[in-house]
Amino acid sequence: MNGSQTAAPAATLVGARMGLIQKYKFWFAAAVVLLILPYIPGLNGDFSRSLLSQMGISAVFALSFNLLLGQTGLLSFGHAVYFGLGGYAAIHFMRAINAGLPIPIPFVPLAGAAGGLLIGVLFGSVTTKKAKIVFALITLGIAELVYAATFMLPGLFGGEEGITASRTRGPSIFGLDFGSQIQVYYIIAFWAFVSAALMYAFMRTPVGRMCNAVRDNPERAEFVGYNPQRVRFIVFSVAGMFAGLAGGLHAINYEIVAADAVGVLRSGSVLVAAYIGGIGHFIGPIVGAITLTWLQVSLSDYTSAWLLYLGLFFMAIILFAPGGLSGLIMMHAPIVRTKVFWEVLKTYAVALVPAVIMVVGAALLIEMNYRLSTQPELGTRMKLFRVNVDAATPWPWVAATLLLVAGFYVFRKTWPYVAAAWNRAIEEANAGKSDMGERR
Amino acid sequence: MTSASAQVNEQRQSALKLRDVHKSFGKTPIIRGVSLDIHRGERHAIIGPNGAGKSTLFNLISGRFQPTRGSIRLNDEEIAGIPSYQINRRGLSRSFQVTNIFPRLSVYENIRCSVLWSLGHKYSFWRSADKLRDANALTERTLEQIKMTARRNALAGVLTYAEQRALEIGITIASGADVIMLDEPTAGMSHSEADNAVELIRSVSKGRTLVMVEHDMGVVFGLADRISVLVYGEIIATDIPSRIKQNKAVQTAYLGTE
Repeated sequence: MNGSQTAAPAATLVGARMGLIQKYKFWFAAAVVLLILPYIPGLNGDFSRSLLSQMGISAVFALSFNLLLGQTGLLSFGHAVYFGLGGYAAIHFMRAINAGLPIPIPFVPLAGAAGGLLIGVLFGSVTTKKAKIVFALITLGIAELVYAATFMLPGLFGGEEGITASRTRGPSIFGLDFGSQIQVYYIIAFWAFVSAALMYAFMRTPVGRMCNAVRDNPERAEFVGYNPQRVRFIVFSVAGMFAGLAGGLHAINYEIVAADAVGVLRSGSVLVAAYIGGIGHFIGPIVGAITLTWLQVSLSDYTSAWLLYLGLFFMAIILFAPGGLSGLIMMHAPIVRTKVFWEVLKTYAVALVPAVIMVVGAALLIEMNYRLSTQPELGTRMKLFRVNVDAATPWPWVAATLLLVAGFYVFRKTWPYVAAAWNRAIEEANAGKSDMGERR
Repeated sequence: MTSASAQVNEQRQSALKLRDVHKSFGKTPIIRGVSLDIHRGERHAIIGPNGAGKSTLFNLISGRFQPTRGSIRLNDEEIAGIPSYQINRRGLSRSFQVTNIFPRLSVYENIRCSVLWSLGHKYSFWRSADKLRDANALTERTLEQIKMTARRNALAGVLTYAEQRALEIGITIASGADVIMLDEPTAGMSHSEADNAVELIRSVSKGRTLVMVEHDMGVVFGLADRISVLVYGEIIATDIPSRIKQNKAVQTAYLGTE
């Protein structure tokens, strides 16, 4: 991969600059996307910009979580502790700014990062003594402890009402007042970009490489001179810092931090986001955070059973795509240049039709069940997929079941075609490789 | 005074010095008073029947287990009971009988992870590992040495068994430790693979002290300068290969019965 970048020893300054752009092209592309995103038609409303802001916050949080899970093999059930306490540090910092501290609002996330780091160092020194199950259980214990503490110390945490502050009362910078969502979006986008780049860079450093080594084989790491506990402690503190930074962004975005910020629900949802996106790739948690935030916000508009769908989606990912969405995408990297690739896509399109029918059938059943069992007061007549149905009559049930069963049956029949196309593509890719003279 | 200086001299020549080392698991004694000197720069093989405690002895020296009692000195420093990563930092590196690598890292990364500490990069998080000239150069050299340069980008977990064994040796020697311990380096290999492994061990152990446990007597007698025979947790003989072959006690206890 690096071979193409060693060219041009007599590069001019322009050439060198081009080389730099080439080397970091993904980061440049990401920066450009972040800049123009809130002005793209359809995304340029306040609602969309707020959604994008939430996605940015979740992405940083999920990336910090994956430093532990994907990179070091540490499953934390209490990562929201560092998010939330970082958020509290940031909101108190904002209050100080409101009271006259002469620091502009865009620097508030640094207070969150400092808070997260401090708490990460404090709790990390205990939790990282162990790995695996014991580690996971200790993090769960700490999460409960901190959640309880937010109610016991109302002066500091404000209980369920939380602590509020204003992002508009502070020293002005570049004439911005941070009243509008677009300005908040750019603060979040900036810090999300910086955090992602820093976390990426961290993984390339010696201690970052050793995180992977400790994940793979802590004992071997010990026999090459590293103390796995120390490696875990360092990455835990760093993950705490970035979670705290995300909490700081949350504080700016909502101007309130309450007990739910440290709650187990948030710890659980970051785990779900990481798995949906895929813990095996750096971009996985970003993909997962974006997907999950979008589902949470948009799906809940359509149906009150949205959590159920989310759970089913999560289970489908765990069972059928353990590499997550990014794993599914990256799986295609070796065959994307083959001639058969279009055939693979065609088989996907064919398989998609019965799959959609199956999902529609399932959704109908779920919606009718949900209505009858949890919202009987709304009656049995409902509009599903633009069709009026009455759940009191048997026909919608029969039709939905038929869709589900027939959809699944046909879907099942398409698998061999997909698999065959896949195999042809893989063969072609492998043949291409040996043509280029790549030997073992 | 002469004898005292001779003693000092002898101490300097011992890379490893074990004195009355015991290890019990529960009430079962596994190592029952082992005293052993491994000379600096020699290739020393430890042989013995199954269950004699060879691997346990390895684990005691390398810090995986703590001895119940006794003294283990590496380069004249006590190492009994200190954590294995500290023993490694003092210049002792080991391989494992059951392949013990980083399966989801590339071959290249496997080697590079094992040179980072000894080159002083420790827990550094302010520079990219790709830019550490010394670490990358040493990694390249080690890859050449174990003849795996062409496989550098392969994930260690998908290598063939013989390749994984070679990688295991690579991880063990890469850091430049002056005492190398190999636990059954040719176990499970075909004849030709074992021959290659012997050549590899011969080349990588040059200028270092090598301690190895090995079952293949061809490998042992071909490689070792001295051999110790461990039976029931005790060393019954330590000598040069030709005299070990003729040793009556060894013949009855081990060579004859196998």
